[in-house]
Amino acid sequence: MPRIGVFVCQCGNNIAATVDTKKVAEEMGKLPGVVYTCDYKFMCSSPGQEMLKQAIKENKLDGLIVSACSPHMHEKTFRKAAEAAGLNPYQCEITNIREQCSWVHHDKTKAAGTVKSIDLTRMTIQRLKKNQPLNKIKIPVKKKAVVIGGGIAGIQAALDIAEGGREVILVEKEPSIGGNMARLSETFPTMDCSQCILTPKMVEAELNERITLYTYSEVEKVDGYIGNFTVTVRRKAKYVDEERCTGCGECIEKCPFKVESAFELGLSKRKVIYTPFPQSVPNVPVIDAPNCTKIQKDKCGACAIVCGPKCIDFKMEDKLETVEAGAIVVATGYQNMPNERFGEYGYGRIKDVISGMQFERLASSSGPTGGEIRRPSDGKVPQSVVFIQCVGSRDEKKGVSYCSKICCMYTAKHTKLYSHKVHGGQSYVFYMDIRSGGKRYEEFVRGAIEHDGAMYLRGRVSRVYEKDGKIMVQGADTLSGSQVEIEADMVVLATAVVSRDGADTLAQRLGIGYDKYKFYNEYHPKLKPVETVTAGIYLAGTCMGPMDIPESVAQGSAAASKVLALFSADEMAREPITSVVNRTTCNACWDCLTACPYTAIEREAIKDRQGNVVRWVAKVNDGVCQGCGVCVAACRSKSIDLKGYTDEQVFAAINAF
Amino acid sequence: MKIRLGNEDIQSASVRRLERITGEDVKRCYQCGNCSGGCPVSYAMEIPPTKVMRFLQLGNIEEVQNANSMWLCVGCLQCYSRCPQGVSVAAILEGMRQETLRKGESRTEVKEVPFPFLKKAPQQAIVCGFRKFVG
Repeated sequence: MPRIGVFVCQCGNNIAATVDTKKVAEEMGKLPGVVYTCDYKFMCSSPGQEMLKQAIKENKLDGLIVSACSPHMHEKTFRKAAEAAGLNPYQCEITNIREQCSWVHHDKTKAAGTVKSIDLTRMTIQRLKKNQPLNKIKIPVKKKAVVIGGGIAGIQAALDIAEGGREVILVEKEPSIGGNMARLSETFPTMDCSQCILTPKMVEAELNERITLYTYSEVEKVDGYIGNFTVTVRRKAKYVDEERCTGCGECIEKCPFKVESAFELGLSKRKVIYTPFPQSVPNVPVIDAPNCTKIQKDKCGACAIVCGPKCIDFKMEDKLETVEAGAIVVATGYQNMPNERFGEYGYGRIKDVISGMQFERLASSSGPTGGEIRRPSDGKVPQSVVFIQCVGSRDEKKGVSYCSKICCMYTAKHTKLYSHKVHGGQSYVFYMDIRSGGKRYEEFVRGAIEHDGAMYLRGRVSRVYEKDGKIMVQGADTLSGSQVEIEADMVVLATAVVSRDGADTLAQRLGIGYDKYKFYNEYHPKLKPVETVTAGIYLAGTCMGPMDIPESVAQGSAAASKVLALFSADEMAREPITSVVNRTTCNACWDCLTACPYTAIEREAIKDRQGNVVRWVAKVNDGVCQGCGVCVAACRSKSIDLKGYTDEQVFAAINAF
Repeated sequence: MKIRLGNEDIQSASVRRLERITGEDVKRCYQCGNCSGGCPVSYAMEIPPTKVMRFLQLGNIEEVQNANSMWLCVGCLQCYSRCPQGVSVAAILEGMRQETLRKGESRTEVKEVPFPFLKKAPQQAIVCGFRKFVG
């Protein structure tokens, strides 16, 4: 006969107001197997937990029920208390009589609430009687991390993990790390030069002996589970031997062909053998194969002739490398929405309509104009510049419905840069709302208006067109209630922040969730902001949604601290609520395999003594299984059970109702 | 209303002059509307205080000069005491009045005021009235 204890919590008045807890305890005491009952004001308080421990010892209980709030709140608390009193923690079960009972009943006579609490607790008692003691799953952890994306968030995560004494592989798609931040001229609200604060971190990442940079590389495949991932990385052919290259730049100088620079967003040209920008890390050029005449037509080869250390190899091929890692940090960043989508603003048609990122390059001292604001069409200094905010953002019809969050701030920064660089020039900003939430952000925007004389006009621009060599901007100022027309020399569009092309493919490879805009989903928007539904994979930066540099850096560090916590022990303990397959009845239909959202189910071969495969069965990987129970429902032959929620237990609970 | 906005409007000399006279900075106003909300006479103004500030920011001083707002303002400074940015619309309207009066426009001569009215009116009103309409 089991010896079960029932502890009914009053939760102050939260439960006691509509449930007669004393009566619940009394009724439960009448059931066979229940040897101890009580009710108490706050079971989760220290005295409440002490009471529980004492009752277990004094009454030699072998199982207990706490009828209280949702198991999400205090299941862990009570299981720990049970464990401290010498019980298997999984012999402690929670009945939710708060969220599912007292809070939904308003009957002050307590009749309905009490009856339902009695029913629910009785069901849990019957379920508990069928419980098997469970033990936490121990998984070995490989103490190496892979960081995908070498922008500021990824660099920060890699540096912090390396600082914590663990090895990191930083995978970057471009020839250099640095990401979008490397393009920026200055950063708000402090106006310090972006490259001046970024490049030291890039160099630090390069020099750190625990960080290995895989630039010009992409993640091709991810297998395994928390603590034991196998990541396949495609290392694209650079055609330059990274080990031997000294970064002298002779090859770049001698290359006779030029193409549009993607880093400069088409504002200038670069050679076919190139580094994206002067401070590139690593400072090793790559050959842009589709544009190289030597590779395409076997003509030229000037770079190889001048190369001192002879490190150019036109026959180089992509390499696939596999990395064993315990954790993955995804920091793949963002891109801007293509401006071409907004025909009414004339992008592409009118040469002097540019994007915000292009303006960053114009203002950057390492940019195509050396930091002078000159318009692309004729190189003249524009005397009036119109900035248009919310291009694509907050535009459900043509763009995205969310706010891109950073545009208000960077546009204010642009107006400041412009007024500092072009004296007497006038900037106009069309905005819908100024969103400047952040430390010293509001003051920054006010500074742009009051000290640097930016003219803010509240309204969207409806049309941009050319007239007699001038760009006409037609919009509204809803504050004065007038239609406004401005003759501008240049127009800058603050285009929406969107997810990277291919973000969905990577998410599918990793098995992490993403929203309709292909931004990756965090596990919990408030309490687990850098975790994903797949254990061992963490997120940082703008791959999750629009955010600014301080936030991205904070998230990089947050993800790193999660990784370091995971790596702090040799083995990792996991909740044992996982599925288990009955190998004798499994008929290998693989319905479970397709149903599992975590790819936790594998095919297992059953062999005879000679080693011949006799048949196949499904096998659950305890490291990956999250205990959702989808496979249990999908299994036709009833061969899968979820530990802690077996069919036997569930039926016992239903029968008790 | 349709306006054509240029650099000369935003950097308007007459608005800069008004700012110098009154010691106020029109750019400080962020259009919250508190002044219009508290002004005891804003309901009767052709252009309420908030919009006065907006027109000045846009360099459209004529629009404000042609409206009755500055003549209705009694200088109670409700706008100034409530303004989170510390802007005094009253001071700006006072400045505009003084400029207009000194040009000899819209000026009321003391002798034109009917004597019985002067005798009956409270002293405070006479002082204010002289200041406001005589310049």
